[in-house]
Amino acid sequence: MRRTRVDKVNAELVTLTYGTIVAQLCQDYDSNYQDVNKQLDKMGYNIGMRLIEDFLAKSGVGRCANFRETADMIAKVGFKIFLNVTPTITNWTSDNTQFSLIFEDNPLADFVELPDDGRAQDELWFSNILCGVLRGSLEMVQMQIEAHFVSDVLRGDDTTEMRVSLVRYIEDEMPPEEE
Amino acid sequence: MAAPPRHATMQSISNGSTAQGTDRPQTQQTPQAQLSQQSPGLRVPSNRKTIYDRHLNRSRNAELSRASFAFLFGEMVTYAQRRVTGIQDLEKRLNEQGYPLGLRLLDLLFYRSTSTSSSALSSSSTSSSPPNRPLRIITLLHLIHGPLWRLLFNRAADALEHSVSPDTPNEYMITDNDPMVNTYISAPRDMSMLNCAAYVAGIIEGVCDGCGFETKVSAHNQPTELWPSRTVFLVRFGDPVMEREKVLERAGVK
Repeated sequence: MRRTRVDKVNAELVTLTYGTIVAQLCQDYDSNYQDVNKQLDKMGYNIGMRLIEDFLAKSGVGRCANFRETADMIAKVGFKIFLNVTPTITNWTSDNTQFSLIFEDNPLADFVELPDDGRAQDELWFSNILCGVLRGSLEMVQMQIEAHFVSDVLRGDDTTEMRVSLVRYIEDEMPPEEE
Repeated sequence: MAAPPRHATMQSISNGSTAQGTDRPQTQQTPQAQLSQQSPGLRVPSNRKTIYDRHLNRSRNAELSRASFAFLFGEMVTYAQRRVTGIQDLEKRLNEQGYPLGLRLLDLLFYRSTSTSSSALSSSSTSSSPPNRPLRIITLLHLIHGPLWRLLFNRAADALEHSVSPDTPNEYMITDNDPMVNTYISAPRDMSMLNCAAYVAGIIEGVCDGCGFETKVSAHNQPTELWPSRTVFLVRFGDPVMEREKVLERAGVK
């Protein structure tokens, strides 16, 4: 793997900025958390579509042979570069199309406590932007996936877990093979 | 969301600590613990991975990819842009998003300035005295120019000036030659006035307000040949602040 120096910023600036984004959405959507989740996913999707290029440039990795390799790449390279964490990959289905990412650490959720309104802990997926990022970036490399959180320590769960499923490889729109 | 409002925090801390007591195997049940079991509140993980179990300084020197910030900030600006009518409106919105951050960063700054000074002194007293909040304008501005900037951007701001015009003694300027937040923002030609560092202006405003200095802060493009994205943060203190400043000066308060 090519080693490129990754430009850094103070982690707290990222954390706090993400916090203000979610807070703003909660305000704009009048604490309709389903809508907030959706909007976060959408923002993540927009980010993912652009992030993949940065990922490929920084990591210098090639095409993955199968979805298991893709999962490895996401957890060990992607999350490492962009969030400096390495989620654990687990709970594969036997057909190798679904896995879980368990986040031991989640910089986006540092300093965070969900609103104590009796609903946020049941409805809001605070880090939902990450699902969108995966969806957007994998779509750019011909993989249609579905991702959602199934648990979050912010909700009082013991782990933070995201479920990722491969829907299909997008064959029709294969770009011309590089020389 | 980044941190709950001040009073809510205090409330939750007390809730949280008593609730934790109930989670642990224990010999006696205090009346408080029983009370907190009944009271509704936030659920916490059984492994106690809550913000209260985590040291506030843990992420102090942590770093993250600059790209991640750029993506988030870019998306934040794009989102805001869809909901506003013009440049001023957009800047106002970004400012408002930064403001609550300033309020909270102020507490964080003070917390950290005490913990370092007390450890450096290694004095015999266990409870370090609470840090002094700035009383005078200059002390406050130095706090922003130095520690706040270092916390956010890992360096001090580039200049701090007082308005030379006798008509506006309440105006101060903090300059950043190359604001990090604007590095990856390119405004369309018809929006060349836009300065997304309005977000940072909001943070400054929050810090000032949190200290009891009523202020309006705005970000302005002041490019130079050497620094094309040079930004001046114009800090305008309210009249009550200026009056108090005079009183404090006469009283010799530093």
